[in-house]
Amino acid sequence: MKIAVSACGQDLESMVDARFGRCGHFVVVDTETGECRAVNNGINLNSAQGAGIQSARNISTQGVAAVITGHCGPKAFRVLRAAGIKVYPGGGGSVGDAVAKFKQGLLEEAQTADVEGHWS
Amino acid sequence: MTAQLIVAVASGKGGTGKTTVATNLVRAAAAMGQAVSYVDCDVEEPNGHLFLKPRLDRRQLVYVPVPEVDPAKCTACGRCGEICRFSAIIVIAGQVMTFANMCHGCGGCMLVCPEQAIVEQGRVIGVVEEGRSGGTGFVHGRLNVGEAMSPPLIKAVRSAAGRGVLTIVDAPPGTSCPVITAVRDADFVLLVTEPTPFGLHDLGLALDMLKELARPHAVVVNRATPGNNLARDFCRERGVGILAEIPEDRRVAEAYSRGELAFAVVPGFGDRVSGLLTSVLKEAGR
Amino acid sequence: MKEIVVVSGKGGTGKTSLVASLAVLAGESVLADCDVDAADLHLVLQPEIQKSEDFTGGKKAAVSPDKCSGCGRCHEVCRFGAITRDEGRPPAFAVDPVACEGCGVCSHFCPEKAIRFEPVVDGRWFAAVTPYGPMVHARLEIAAENSGKLVSLVRSEAKKIAEQKGYRYLLVDGPPGIGCPVIASVTGADAVVVVTEPTVAGENDLERVVALAGHFQIPVYLCVNKFDINPGLGEAIERRARSAGITLVGRIHYDLAVTAAQMRGVPVTAMEEARAAKDIRAVWNKLLTHVDTN
Repeated sequence: MKIAVSACGQDLESMVDARFGRCGHFVVVDTETGECRAVNNGINLNSAQGAGIQSARNISTQGVAAVITGHCGPKAFRVLRAAGIKVYPGGGGSVGDAVAKFKQGLLEEAQTADVEGHWS
Repeated sequence: MTAQLIVAVASGKGGTGKTTVATNLVRAAAAMGQAVSYVDCDVEEPNGHLFLKPRLDRRQLVYVPVPEVDPAKCTACGRCGEICRFSAIIVIAGQVMTFANMCHGCGGCMLVCPEQAIVEQGRVIGVVEEGRSGGTGFVHGRLNVGEAMSPPLIKAVRSAAGRGVLTIVDAPPGTSCPVITAVRDADFVLLVTEPTPFGLHDLGLALDMLKELARPHAVVVNRATPGNNLARDFCRERGVGILAEIPEDRRVAEAYSRGELAFAVVPGFGDRVSGLLTSVLKEAGR
Repeated sequence: MKEIVVVSGKGGTGKTSLVASLAVLAGESVLADCDVDAADLHLVLQPEIQKSEDFTGGKKAAVSPDKCSGCGRCHEVCRFGAITRDEGRPPAFAVDPVACEGCGVCSHFCPEKAIRFEPVVDGRWFAAVTPYGPMVHARLEIAAENSGKLVSLVRSEAKKIAEQKGYRYLLVDGPPGIGCPVIASVTGADAVVVVTEPTVAGENDLERVVALAGHFQIPVYLCVNKFDINPGLGEAIERRARSAGITLVGRIHYDLAVTAAQMRGVPVTAMEEARAAKDIRAVWNKLLTHVDTN
């Protein structure tokens, strides 16, 4: 299965970006093969509003089943849920660490948004 | 004065005495027998009613248009999401989603939809209340808490007003969208400042704004103290006239704290404001 | 790191003077001036600017007159009255940049592709150092939109500095009101300190700003400035606040030293003997007992 991690860089060594909507990249990892690639999200880094919504839309086109991030606001959460993508907030450290934790079942799936969105 | 005249009272910085000046000007005009209306455009924090104590008898909710999609007609083509600059409507996984509080009401999605699947519904952002305070017309707006977009409400407040011969508009603070919406069609703008570094710095920003909007304007210095020439020097340098100086007076601050118009209770204040009104009418009539 | 945002419903209640003083008391902290409409904190903290960048907010439309056929479609579709019409044969259309909402609908529907829709510079932001720590501030262009976005930018840049360099506090001077810029400055903060005055207007505005903080579920602290102007009302405001679950962090006396400090371009707390300075020290200590344990 493919999962996406909001990241400050473009590979497994990059740090997880706590901001879902305004992360620079998503690192998409195939948990079976370990294959990974970066999806640019820079367009939303500076968008006037709706960065969470647009980031969710962006990542929903990548065929991922789950997203690991720091925090996810209510609007992005609604979009991800509609796209059938599960959200795992509370990711920290490197992208590689976060993926390892996910594989070991140490991350908990969010049932609701964990922060108020709007502009943060 | 017979023609309709709109005078906006504004300031870059908040708390310089905008509401004090605006409400007392209204009372001064009424005392001179002028037909006058007070219009509070500070819809985020409307306070004029605390001083003019109007009887409010009309109340009108203000809506902004937001899209509603008929799922039976929608083919999830995604055009609506492409035109929307505000992320208020998107198509995801074959379904359309809307985010009403992101919508700016541009109507683009409705126009672009090839299936005519989108209609507009109103979403309430606040309320306009109207009434009278003695012989004075009164209008203000209240923005709902948690609501980001004040300009549509300010526009509604402005268009509810405008029947009086003289209209005094109490503008919101700042120099961005809300204040511009409030002052852009004013015949004359009166800028209230304090002779302090903060006050004059923000007055400078307000002057830049008015230059951009090409509105005639002048300054009133509030809380002036003897020997402090900061405001006079600043205005001379910027080539803008000072119509009046209102001296620092604890009694004015105390009247304000209790919700009373200084016009009625602080000796000498009424004459000063009446003088200011005369100057404003003279300047604005030119 | 704790982010403390100082706001007030109405302007002019002493927000900036308080933030400048807290900066002194906090020792090393990061400062952010989010009152981008009327930024004044730099007048007191005298920052030395190290970096300054353009802020590009949204896009705006502009008609290329040579391509315009005068059909008037743009005028028809614009909801914001931003398309001006100049009678002629054929009539010429133009965009009023002040009224333009940046929706791009005119550009989309122009059959001649005569309307450009391009990003515009809406302001500038600055990273600076002050004697009390790093500071981020900004200046919004006149008549520019997107103040909420610039506020977000200032906050996130300041936060970045605070996190990277391990500062304990981020002190934010917030904008007045309850609209877009205020929402952008309080969302996700650790504490909101509301500065009010004992006036009927202060009382009226306090309720709305507190409702806003409640809406975003942030702990709210109240400080009444110029308390002795109307002590009866000051106490009433405090009672009301307490019953709404707000923590009181102190009263500041009406003190001409506050204006005097501003005239000299220094924080009030730099005038150690001043009564207001003593009050503000008490406010800070009280605030810390709550913020540090939360």
